[in-house]
This record gives sequence, C-alpha cells and structure tokens, in this order.
Amino acid sequence: MKLLRLVPSNTNFDFLKLRNYAFIFSTIIILGTLLSLFVNNLNYGIDFKGGILLELRSKNINSSNIDDLRSKISTLEAGEVSIQNFGKDVDFLVRIQKQDGDQKQQIAMIEKVKSITNKDYEIRRSEFVGPVVGDELKIAGMLAVGLALISIMVYIWFRFEWQFSIAAIIALTHDVVTTVGLFSILQLEFNLATIAAILTTAGYSINDTVVIFDRVRENLRRYKSKDHYFIYNKSINETLSRTVITSVTTLVALFIIFFFGGAVLSDFSLAMIWGVLIGTFSSIFVAVAILTFFNIDKGEKIQDEKNVPEYERNN
Amino acid sequence: MNNLSKIRAAFLLFLVFLGIAYAIPNFLNSSVKNTSFSFLPGKSINLGLDLKGGSYLLLKADMDIVFSEKLEILLSDIRSALRKSKIGYKKLSVNDKKISFQKRDLIPNDKIKSIILTIDENLIVTINENTFFIEFSDLNKKKIIKSTMAQAIEIVRRRIDETGTNEPSIQQQGIDRIIVQLPGLDDPSRIKKLLGKTAKLNFQLAHPSISSEDININSKAPPGYTILVDDKDPDLFYMINKRVMVSGEMLKDANPTFDRNNSPSVSFQLSALGGKKFGRVTGKHIGRAFAIVLDGKVVSAPVIQSQIFSSGQITGNFSTQETNDLALVLRSGALPAPMIILEERSVGPGLGADSIQSGKIASIVGLVAVMIFMLMTYGIFGLLANIALVCNIIFIIALLSLIQATLTLPGIAGIVLTMGMAVDANVLIFERIKEEYNVGRNVSDAVEAGFQRAISTIIDANLTTLFAALALFSFGSGPIKGFSVTLMIGIATSMFTAIIITKYLVLFYTKKKDINKIKF
Repeated sequence: MKLLRLVPSNTNFDFLKLRNYAFIFSTIIILGTLLSLFVNNLNYGIDFKGGILLELRSKNINSSNIDDLRSKISTLEAGEVSIQNFGKDVDFLVRIQKQDGDQKQQIAMIEKVKSITNKDYEIRRSEFVGPVVGDELKIAGMLAVGLALISIMVYIWFRFEWQFSIAAIIALTHDVVTTVGLFSILQLEFNLATIAAILTTAGYSINDTVVIFDRVRENLRRYKSKDHYFIYNKSINETLSRTVITSVTTLVALFIIFFFGGAVLSDFSLAMIWGVLIGTFSSIFVAVAILTFFNIDKGEKIQDEKNVPEYERNN
Repeated sequence: MNNLSKIRAAFLLFLVFLGIAYAIPNFLNSSVKNTSFSFLPGKSINLGLDLKGGSYLLLKADMDIVFSEKLEILLSDIRSALRKSKIGYKKLSVNDKKISFQKRDLIPNDKIKSIILTIDENLIVTINENTFFIEFSDLNKKKIIKSTMAQAIEIVRRRIDETGTNEPSIQQQGIDRIIVQLPGLDDPSRIKKLLGKTAKLNFQLAHPSISSEDININSKAPPGYTILVDDKDPDLFYMINKRVMVSGEMLKDANPTFDRNNSPSVSFQLSALGGKKFGRVTGKHIGRAFAIVLDGKVVSAPVIQSQIFSSGQITGNFSTQETNDLALVLRSGALPAPMIILEERSVGPGLGADSIQSGKIASIVGLVAVMIFMLMTYGIFGLLANIALVCNIIFIIALLSLIQATLTLPGIAGIVLTMGMAVDANVLIFERIKEEYNVGRNVSDAVEAGFQRAISTIIDANLTTLFAALALFSFGSGPIKGFSVTLMIGIATSMFTAIIITKYLVLFYTKKKDINKIKF
C-alpha cells in the first residue's frame, strides 16, 4: 500500500525568510480587526447583551414565510427585532432586544411572543438573559481568556526561557485578537460558545507552538556551532510533517462538526477552523519569528549527535 | 522485554474492559439495560438540558425588600425596648436604610446605646449629638441573607414539587441566587407564575365607613389605615386597616374548590391558634368587610356574616387554574423574598433530539474520517493509532459516565475535536520514530528513542492546553463548563492512550513480528 505523504521528508525550507511578509500579513489582519471593532463592533448575542431569543420551526412546511412571522412579531412593538432563517428553511431565529422597564416586562414579552407564535410554530428554544447576567458573563469571559493567557505564559516561562514565553504569548494574543476580528468582520454572533471556541483555539495554538519550541530548545543544545536562524528554520522543518498532519486531522474533525453538527455548532466550529489555521500560522511566523529578535543562550551542549542512541544521552 | 510483560498486557486489557463496561450503558435503551444488562456498573452520561430538553431558570432573591422589612421589624423592637426602659424619643423612623430617632431627655447616650444593643449586639449604632442612627452590620445582613435563602430554596422546591415536575434540581448559586433546572419541561411559564408570587397572605379589616366608592389612588388614608389596590381591577381601591389580624403562616391547608355559585375558589384550614384568632376577630366584627390581602393586593373583601373559626373560603374573580395555583402557593408557604428571574433558557424536546442526532452523526463521521486519514498516512502504525483512538473514546465515555459529568452539545463538539487532537500525540511519536529511523537507527532503537523523546513534548503541549481548559472551567457557566470537562477528560485520556496503549501496541508489533523496516 502506498502511504499518503503530505510533507516530503527532510524538507529544508527557509520559513524565516518569509517572516517580513508574514509580519505584513499579521499587521493587516490585526489592523483590520481593530478597524472592524471600531466600525462594526461585535455582534453580541443575548448572552452578553441581554434580551430574548427564540428558535421557531414552522408547523406548516409548505408555507413557512419569514414575512408572515415578521409581521406577527411587529404587532408586539418589542423594539429592535431581528428574524432570520436558521439552518433550515422552516427554522427561524428571533432575537428581541431587552425591553424597557423591569424584569417583569422581559418575562411578559417572552410569554407574548410565545402566545402569538405557538399556533403556527413549534417553539424549539427560548432564552432570556437579563442585563445584569449579561454584564457578568462578559466580565467572566474576559477574565477566563486573560487567566488562560497568563497561566500559559507562566508555564512556558517555567518550562523554557522567558524569551519563549514572550514569543508564545504574543503569538497567542495574535490568534485571540484575530479570531475576535473574524467575528466582528463577518458579524457572527458573539456568545458564550464563542468564548469556548476562542479558548480552545488558544489551547490548540499553544500546543502547536510548544511542539516547535520543544524542538528549538533541543536543537539549540545540539547544534552549538550553528547560528540561531539556522536552528529555528531546522526546527520548523523537522516538525513540519507533524504540524501539517495534526492540523489536517483536527480540521477534518472540525469541518465535520461544521457540516453535520447542526446550526447551533456551525459558528462555533467556524471559529475553531479559523483558530487552527491562524494558530498553525502564528506558531511558525509569529512565535518562532519573534525568537529571532532574542539571542537565546544555547545552554549545555548535547555531547553527541548520531552514534549514541538518543535515550541513553544525558539531557 | 519488560515493557511487554504479560502482567502489563493484562492490566491494559483490564482497563479497556472496565472502560467498555462503564461506557456501554450509553448505547443501550433503558428497557434492555434494566433487564439483560443490569449487572453493568455505571449509569449513562448525564445529558445537559440542551440535549434532553428542559428549562433552566436563574433566580435572584430581592434582598433589598427583605432588608427593609427586617428594618421595620427592628423599628418596632426598638420602639418597645425604649418604651420598656421609659426613654423618651421622637422622630423614630426609617430613612435611607437606617433607623433614626432623637432622645427627648438627658439620659446618657451610652445607656441608650446599650439598650439598643440588647436587641442585637451586632447592630451598628452611631450617635450624632441627640440623634441615634441604627443600621444592620455586615454580620446581620449575612445572617438575614442566609436564613432567607435557606427558606426561599425550601419554598421554591415545595412549589415545584407540587407541580409534579420530574427530577427538578434546585440549588443555590453565589450569595442570593437560585438555579432551577427542570428536565423535560420546555415551557416554564407556569413555574414562573408560581415563583412570581411571594404569596404573603394576610387577613385585614376594611374601614368601617369608607367604602371603595369613596376613594381613588390619591385619597388620603386616616391614621392606621392604608389604601390597597384590587388584585384584578387596577381602578378599584380599598381602605384597609394596617393591622394584620391573621396571616398566612397560620394556614394549615389550602385546596381549590367551588363556592355556592359554582365559581372557582380556594378553601383553607387554619391552625388551632389561627382558628382561635380568626374566631375572635370575626365574632367581634360581624357586618364589617374583612379583606383577604395577597402580596399587598386585595383578593376580595367579603362582609363577615357570622363568626368563623378554623376554615373558610377565598372567593374572587378566579379561573380554575388560578385557584389551583393559589391553593398551591398558599400550601407551600410564602417566599421570604420576591424572586427576580435573571435568566431563562428552555429547549424543547424536538431541538434536543435533533442535537443528539447531529452530535452522533458528527462523532461517527469524524471518527471514521480521522481513522481513514491515519491509516492512509501511517499504514499499520496508523491502524495501531486507531486502536488507541477507539480506546480513547471508550475511556472518555466511561469517565463521563463515571463522574456523572453533564454532556452538552458543545461537549459533543469537544469530543469530536478531541478525536482530531488525540491523534496528535500519536503523530508526534510516529514522526519522531521516523526521524530517528532515518538517521540510521534500527527499528527497535528508533521506536524506543521516538517514544522517549516525544513524551516530554506531548506532556508540555497537553499541559498548556489543559490550562486553557481550566480557564474555561473556572469561567464555568452551564454548557461551557460541560465543554471544558469533556476537553480536560479528552486531554487526560489521549495522553494516557498515546503514551501507554500506543506504545504497547507499537512495541508488540515491532518485536513480535520482528519488523526491521519502517516505511511511512
């Protein structure tokens, strides 16, 4: 059987030569993110904004009509309402802004929407988030992302050198920021699941970075006479096959969630597909590229390179 | 070869079988499970509300109202304490969450202070010349919150239990919040209605001469009286005596029934003490209107025809459903604080079933796709990795069942994602073996060195991912917490299967088959 080979063995590609282009690319997407955040902001879901969300399915498959639903709901005078198809033609997502007045008005509005729609529509899901909870979730979300970044930074600092930890955290922030940017530019709904997607992406990206760093650390000690540039490139090349294969398997899984996981998970998986791509990119072109700005101490040399079996060497 | 000892193999097999035993209840329907497979140890995974359908409510007890009620009680305690000690006072009132009064006589401030502190030694008393300010200390407040919440949870549980909802879960969250989870209930409007009433029931006399026709919202109440609005008609007002003659705490039972005109009403029985009081009041005030006040609104104000003792009827403009609900909330007792609904999420059974279905399809297709890819890339080694992957999935399901973690839709996504990432550890090992082999080692050495070198990378890479998962867990809200638990379990099991099981399989394959060439 002929085996699939995504990456030829013993590649010797000068990745770091591309770091300037990569830097321009990163700058563009980060500026794009900031611009989009400034112009479009984020399309916060009710988790963060507060409000009402209903998922409806038309009971009459033939005459499911978004205009009919719209006119029905407009009679409620509920303020800002958005109605869109969700996954299938007969499924609709209705979002209603938070109502003026106290909590009772909010609850009353849900009941009103339910009562005018439940004859023609099956209410598949209804959610209400009060503004207090929304703000709390927002803060908790930011804390979670911050906490994750800091704990990862400390761990890498502890396991590697401080330069690695700085490079990793910049790469990671790059990924988080641009993932947020993706949501802003495409105006995808930014909700609790998005935070989960961002943190998982961060986990994936750091995983990828650590694998390359691990090899860099090993090669720094092995090739004392070579310069850093050579060592970094070699490390990227040596791990390239793994990087590609793991990205592909993870992407395969994610695309399958995207296509088969239903409408609820589609934005979630989209965020992670982006995250895997940008995470792989940043491990090489941000994390390792930043290492080139430092003159990292090569440490104690590994005595031999070939003849002694590796497991018998001293580390 | 130590690594291939029979004991080790037996141990790994044992673990896998244990995993299968715990995982398998998830794949059986309940009737088969309870009969033919009742010997199996574990339970099925706990499905989240987003998968099995149901409602989630986050309630907050309105403590401000409780504090002001408690402050009123404290005010009357202070009044009686001052009177008992014969201390003159004026302007005793509640202002801005504080009680204040001025002393009339030249009694030392310390003495007055110590009298007040005998009511509760934790009160904060501040004195400004002749004016005393009394407020609750943090300790007082903490105690009030604690007892209020304990009582509130109990009453919420009683009310929900009375509706016959299956396996409701009611738990406190934070300081003043309650999470209510109602599996299988996709329309919580009745529960919300039931929890929306504090159901404080009072019997109070109406004014003997001022009737409803004479007053509107702007009328002025004579001392000792207050104007209350009708429960149903916002334009109907009553002049009601402030004094509560009999209160809902003296109720023994309440049931929906029909009155003489065959309209729905609620019959109630009072406790012995309540009956005695009720008898005394009704005996003394025949011919006067006796108002039934629920949560500050007048349900009805029938004229007392004759002396009534321990049982009576509440009539009003009720529907049958309303009398059912009213009887229920009266039976369960009054909530100590009004409940505010902060968050509500309901998922109907249709969406839940669809989510499970698409989750299943995504998992199976994901698994098959990843396996085919591994087989194509690594051949026999890919097959070994696939065996480890299947073991990994079995372990994840078994652990989720064992710790009874809640599986949510994002959690299923977590499992599918784990499949993609779990092979990473195998990929790291195989790539390393390939490298070691390519620099000229024999198969056995390359395998040994490959594992040796890859393990530290695997641990570093997975531990950092674990930090992200831990952050998610601490952020923890419902479905997201479920996702992070699946992710953490996935990280742990994939490290275990890659380092232990894949290694065993690879060593077994290369040694026993005496493989001396690796090609991938």
